[in-house]
Amino acid sequence: MSDRFQRMKDLPSAHLLGAGTSMCAGCGGLLALKELYDVLGPRTVIVNAAGCMTLLSVYPFTPFRGSWLYTSMASAPAGAQGVRDALDVLLAKKRIPPEEDLAAVVLSGDGAAYGMGLSATSAAIERGLDFLYICYDNEGYANTGQQASGATPFGARTATSRGPRGFPGAKKDLFAIWVAHRPAYVATVIASEPLDLARKIEKAAAIKGPRLILALAPCPTGWEYDPRETAEVGRLAVKTGIWPLKEYADGRIVHTKPPRERAPIEEYLKLQGRFAHLFRPARNESLLAEIQARVDAYWAGVSA
Amino acid sequence: MSTRSLVTGNAAAAWGARLAEVDYIPAFPITPQTEIIETIAHWIDGGEMDARFTMLESEHSMLTAAGAAAATGVRVFTATSSQGLLYAMEMLYTVAGWRVPLVLVNVSRGVAAPITLEADHQDVLAARDSGFLQIHCATCQEVLDFTLLAFRLAEDARVRLPVIVNLDGFHLSFTREPVDIPDIAAVREFLPPFDAGTTRFRASAPVSQAVAVLGGTPYSYFRYETHLAAQNALVVFDEIAGVFAKALGREYAMLETYRSDDAEVVFLMIGSFATKARQAVDRLRETGWSIGLVRPRLLRPFPAAALRRALAGKRAVAVIDQNLSMGMGGVLHSEAAAALYGTSGAPPILASFVGGLGGRDLPLEELFEIAAVAREAARSGVCPPPRLLFTEGELREVRKLQAVAHMERHALGDES
Repeated sequence: MSDRFQRMKDLPSAHLLGAGTSMCAGCGGLLALKELYDVLGPRTVIVNAAGCMTLLSVYPFTPFRGSWLYTSMASAPAGAQGVRDALDVLLAKKRIPPEEDLAAVVLSGDGAAYGMGLSATSAAIERGLDFLYICYDNEGYANTGQQASGATPFGARTATSRGPRGFPGAKKDLFAIWVAHRPAYVATVIASEPLDLARKIEKAAAIKGPRLILALAPCPTGWEYDPRETAEVGRLAVKTGIWPLKEYADGRIVHTKPPRERAPIEEYLKLQGRFAHLFRPARNESLLAEIQARVDAYWAGVSA
Repeated sequence: MSTRSLVTGNAAAAWGARLAEVDYIPAFPITPQTEIIETIAHWIDGGEMDARFTMLESEHSMLTAAGAAAATGVRVFTATSSQGLLYAMEMLYTVAGWRVPLVLVNVSRGVAAPITLEADHQDVLAARDSGFLQIHCATCQEVLDFTLLAFRLAEDARVRLPVIVNLDGFHLSFTREPVDIPDIAAVREFLPPFDAGTTRFRASAPVSQAVAVLGGTPYSYFRYETHLAAQNALVVFDEIAGVFAKALGREYAMLETYRSDDAEVVFLMIGSFATKARQAVDRLRETGWSIGLVRPRLLRPFPAAALRRALAGKRAVAVIDQNLSMGMGGVLHSEAAAALYGTSGAPPILASFVGGLGGRDLPLEELFEIAAVAREAARSGVCPPPRLLFTEGELREVRKLQAVAHMERHALGDES
C-alpha cells in the first residue's frame, strides 16, 4: 500500500502536463495521462507510437515538461530499447552523471499495444527491458474514426462494424498476454479512479523491468456520448465489472477495486451511442444477455 | 602500425565498426550480412570491443532502436540486407528525418519475389530517397575505410544524416581480400570521439524530437533542410577524404575514374563488378581501344557535377545497372541521364545495360560486348535500346526448369 497516496487529498492539485492540447473534449486517455504524468514526473522520455496522442507534440508545442520521441506505430518499444541502451552506455562509460538519467516510457493507443506493436512489445518484455508501457485503450482505431481494433469489445458498433450486432469479435486480453511473459508489473487503471491509478503508477515507477499500465480510455468521439459523461462512463466501467481494476506483481494477480455489488452491464452500455443498437429500435435481449454473461464469467473465475 | 590481413568484406565492415569505437549495435541476422554482427558480438564477449549489443526481433525494430539510441547521444552501427532493409524501410525514412548520425552497412542482395540470397542492388536502391546517404564499395578495403568515412560524414555538423555503406553480398561479403587494418591511433586522428551536439536526451535539458507538424509549410521546410544537408555532404566528403588520406594514407574521390581521362567510351557502374570492368578496360586497352571506367562511390548525395566533368566529351557511356526499376529500366542510367541532360559536353550516347541480377555473373565477354555496342553507337550516332543481359544458354536453362516443373505437376496427376 502506498504511503504517499492514502486519500484523495494526497493527489497533486496542480497538473504537470500542460493544457491546451488537440485531444478531443472529454478525452479519457488524456485525463489518465494527466494523472499519471503527475506521479511519473518529467525525468522521462515519452516514446510514442502512432495514435491520437501523437498529436500532443505538434511543432513547436508540447504539453510535456520532460522529453518526447515519436517513433512509428509498430516499434515504440524498440525505441524505448534504444533510449534505455544508450543511457546505460553513457552511464557505464561515465559520459553522463547518474542525475542525467531518464526513464523510458512508451505511450501508445490500443491499436499499437494490442496489434501492430505487439511483436515489438513481446520482444522488449522478453529482453527484460527496463521500461514502462502506458496504453490508453479507447477500444478502436479512434484517431482514424473508431474502426474496430484488437481492443474493441464484443457487440460495439464501430466504423467498420455497423451491423445490428456490432463487432462480432471479442476484446483481446492484453493484460493476460503481458502476464504470460512474466514481466515486472502489469496493472489496469482508469482516470475516474485517480487514487487507484496514482498508487499503481507510484508502484510501477519504483520497479525495474518491463511494466504495463493499461488505462481504459472512455472516448466521447468514438464511443458516442457527451464529453461531460467521461467520469461517469469510467465509474460505470468499474462498477459493472467490465473493466476490472487489477495488478500483477511477484507472480500474483490482485483485484485492487472489485465492485462490492456489480451493477448490470446495461447501465454502462446505455450511456454510449456505440451500444445504442442494443436498445433501439428494440432491446436486443440475447445480445445484452451475452455481454452480461461474459462479464459474469470473468468474475466467476476471480477468487476473492 | 597497421596490419595487413586477409579478411572478408563482412569482417572488414565489422573492423570498421570496431575501429570507429561505436557504442551501440542493435542487430538482427540476415544472409549475407550475419557474419558482421556475429563478429562484433564475439569481440564484445571477448572484451575486445567496449560496446553494447542488442538483438532485436526485426529489422524494423532494429532501425528504431538504432535511431533512438543515436537520438539519445551515442555512436551507433548496424547492418542488414535485402528483405531486412525493406522491412526496416519505414524507419529508414523516419530516422533520416530525425537527423541522427548512424551508420548502416547494407550487404546487398536481390529482393523477393522470387526469393533469392544472391547479390544485386535492388535492396539498397529502394532506400535511395530515404534521406540516408549512400556510399558504395568495390573492395574489402573500401568497406573498412568507408565505414570510418561514413561516421565522420554522418556526424559532421553540416550533414547530421545517417549513412548506408553498401557492399555486394557474396562477391564482397564472403570474399577474402588483403585489407590494411589501421592502427586505432591513426583512426582516432581521423575520427574524433562522438559528439551528440544538441541531439540527445538528458534530464537537465528536456527535448521533444521527431514531433508532428501541421500543414505543408513546416513539413516542406524540414524536408528541404534534409535535402540541403544531404547536398552539403558533397563538399564535406571531399574535405574529410583529404583528412582521411593524411591520417590513413589512402585517397578516395567520390567518383572513381579509371583510365577514363582520354577514353572515348566509358563504363559507368557502382559496386564490386566494377573491378571486373577495370579488367575489361585493361584488356581492351591492350588491343588499342580508347576505353575507361567511371564508378560513383557516393550515390547519395549524387555526385552530379563530378560526373559531368568526368564524362564531358566522351563519345559514348555504357551504364551497367544491377537493378531494375520495373517499367523504366536501370536506376543509375536514369540518374546519369538526369545529371547530364542539356549540359555542355554531355556524351551523345548513354546506353543502358541491366545485368548481374540475383547473383547472375557479369563475365568479361559480356563487358567486351557492351563496349562493342557502345563503340558502334558512338560511330553510328544511334543510341541502342536498353538491353537486359541474358544469353540463349540461360534461356535454355530456364526452359529446362520449366519442363521439369511441368513434368512434376503431371506426375502428381494434375492434367491442367
